Amino acid sequence: MINLETPRKFDGLVTRAHQMAANVLRPVSRRYDRAEHEYPKELDMVAALIDGIGEGGGLAGAGAGAVGRGNGAAPGDSAAGNRNGSNLASLLGLIELAWGDVGLLLAMPRMGLGQAAIAAVADQEQLQRFGGRWAAMAITEPEAGSDSASIRTTATLDEQAGEYVLNGEKIFVTSGDRAELLVVWATLDRTAGRSAIKPFVVERDNPGLQLERLEHKLGIRASDTANFRLVDCRIPRENLLGSPETATATGGFAGVMQTFDNTRPLVAGMAIGLARACLERTRELLAQEGVEVDYDRPAHAQPAAAAELLALEADWEAARLLALQAAWMADNRTPNSLQASIAKAKAGRMGTDVALRCVALCGAAGYGEGELLEKWARDAKILDIFEGTQQIQLLVIARQLLGRSSAQLK
Amino acid sequence: MAAGLRAINWVASSELIERAGLRDPAQRLLRVGSRRTVRLATATNRTFRTAGRLGRPARQSTAPADLFDLAPDDEQRLLTESVRDFAAQRVRPAAADADAAAAAPADLLHEAAELGLAAIGVPVELGGYVESRSTVTAALIAEALAEGDAGIAVAALSGAGVATALALWGDAGQQATYLHEFVSERPPAAAVALLEGQPLFDPLTLRTTARRANGGFVLSGVKALVPCAAGCELFVVGAQLDGRPALFVLESGQSGMSVEREPAMGVRAAATGRLHLEEVVVPPEALLGDGDPAVYAEAVARGRLGWCAVAAGAGRAVLEYVRPYVGERVAFGEPLANRQSVAFMVAGIAVELEGIRLATLRAAARADQGLPFAREAALARALVAHHGMQIGSDGVQLLGGHGYTREHPVERWYRDLLAAGLVEGGLLL
Repeated sequence: MINLETPRKFDGLVTRAHQMAANVLRPVSRRYDRAEHEYPKELDMVAALIDGIGEGGGLAGAGAGAVGRGNGAAPGDSAAGNRNGSNLASLLGLIELAWGDVGLLLAMPRMGLGQAAIAAVADQEQLQRFGGRWAAMAITEPEAGSDSASIRTTATLDEQAGEYVLNGEKIFVTSGDRAELLVVWATLDRTAGRSAIKPFVVERDNPGLQLERLEHKLGIRASDTANFRLVDCRIPRENLLGSPETATATGGFAGVMQTFDNTRPLVAGMAIGLARACLERTRELLAQEGVEVDYDRPAHAQPAAAAELLALEADWEAARLLALQAAWMADNRTPNSLQASIAKAKAGRMGTDVALRCVALCGAAGYGEGELLEKWARDAKILDIFEGTQQIQLLVIARQLLGRSSAQLK
Repeated sequence: MAAGLRAINWVASSELIERAGLRDPAQRLLRVGSRRTVRLATATNRTFRTAGRLGRPARQSTAPADLFDLAPDDEQRLLTESVRDFAAQRVRPAAADADAAAAAPADLLHEAAELGLAAIGVPVELGGYVESRSTVTAALIAEALAEGDAGIAVAALSGAGVATALALWGDAGQQATYLHEFVSERPPAAAVALLEGQPLFDPLTLRTTARRANGGFVLSGVKALVPCAAGCELFVVGAQLDGRPALFVLESGQSGMSVEREPAMGVRAAATGRLHLEEVVVPPEALLGDGDPAVYAEAVARGRLGWCAVAAGAGRAVLEYVRPYVGERVAFGEPLANRQSVAFMVAGIAVELEGIRLATLRAAARADQGLPFAREAALARALVAHHGMQIGSDGVQLLGGHGYTREHPVERWYRDLLAAGLVEGGLLL
């Protein structure tokens, strides 16, 4: 039966996530926005709580680790038919945490994107060694951003030592300084194209992994963004995730892409949580000025500010439902690559648009540091960039809709 | 019916224009085109007779759902598939001519009626065939039909809106009088008339008024863009009663009622018209839903949902039309689809269309479960007003000059999609 309300069984999860966001993240939002690169020690407590809760896919799924593989079933689902499982639960929890603070959410210990890659392509032995640890994702290079197929970092096998030797440069690694592990994407053969690009797990304390610097950013300043140089960085050959075969697609570049299918709705969720915070606060501030949205009257019969808030809320609702759709499809094992990109595209642009226009609606109150609105407007922009920019999402969507290859529609 | 003879009334003739001193032929033509309106009596109606009155009104009911679910049930799938077939095979081929004629072919509307569309909202006790509440089902059907043609869809579904209003808010007497006709083989043409002609129209503050007289009511005012106005045998009309808007059931053909053609930019196949009410006397039982303002507000929201569903269908039509077109059309040595500026526009249509669809379904599903849905309907409406119109515009843009001609249907969808963001009433899910 068609129903787009979120299931009651996740109410407890959502409530707990919301309380954590309200009581732990919000109070320190401004502090760590100002103190860029300072470790938010409050997060240790949050991470411990999240580890403890872990119900039905639960809050642990607020990190990317819970999605990516495994079935979407949660306890209490009937064996057959419609499922509301870990993908939906993760998304709902994440929306609440992002409502609290996206920067702090991204800085959450053990919630790194690298764990999603590990979950997607690691074998059993690797899962045992790396599962549950804080793993950051290192894909982007100075000359390869959205175009991740042109990665230049190399991995050379030293047969005698039984080690891979990594050389290259990685930038924009979220939580790269703080994580325990880095999932570094490197090519086994620069002439072999995408299929030679593989993920390698590198311990953070590996001497060949040299921290170059931490970025100073527009927003999400609570989250460290690290740049690394890999200089003859030696790792055990067992740390290659998936198959070393360059001919096979599994675990290689396709693995990255599959990871993104699963994490795109989550990034959409971040934009949805952040935008909700903007809308709620703007609504409060406008109400103090006597402006409230009337849902029964047409937009043109209301003050312009109310009509604008209504339009923004409508885009927010569309993004939210699109993300729920993508997660629901994942729970029901329906291929959702198209819907995941649609959700990310809509939520990414909506997040920035809503945040900026909320600041503008509130004027000086919105623009000044006395409110968090200006911070949210700075935080929002990254959500339309990482995990595939707006333009990359549109490419993915358009190629599928129009039956174009990446060679035809560049 | 005697009243029928009274209402033929040339508002302006070319002679009148001459006397007004308009010598320039082009200007004269313009004036004639815009002013030469004919007001006719409303349709001669059947006699609505009370049949099978129940002790209390019957309502469809739906248990609250537990899980998020986007899969239609078997009944919905079956209905939607048959309507989609009908839309593709019968409606789409008729769309261009119906648009030009500003009327849907009678036999096509009859075929649509045979699909049982008018009875979707009618409870089983009163001869309907859908047990659970039917807002989602009606939304899916409207979407499917509108993918064939928005104007024909509006013409085919306006009667269902009246039946649904009676099913939702009618008392036992009103239901017994009217609903059995909507489940018959030839359901009456009918429409919900809320919209009025003034700019900045607000459906909660109507110029059409109802005053109490002799135990009943007297209605006066003008309703705009009423689907199938000339053929309607029954109207549900919004009018201001005691300072608040309320709904009234009006049979056509009564003294003081007349209709005037009001062709518009789009949804022309719906044969829209103005309904004039001049001191129309109606009995006390004409008042629907006890004049409850909450009922009226719900009717407005359900009207918007109807148009949102139509926009979802028309938007789908645009998307499915431009997809192959940009793949086949070659410019500068390769298909248009190979260019990001073109491909991204198509992707944008897909993104916003999916958002419109989900927002509409959410509001409809909340309505079925008895949850408040005014906010959700308003959000869906806002999406349609902005993005629906943009989809129409992008559809034409993608075909360039060809899109601007009537060789392709995108210019029609451009005109139709605008209606979905501005009309109040007309449809009701």
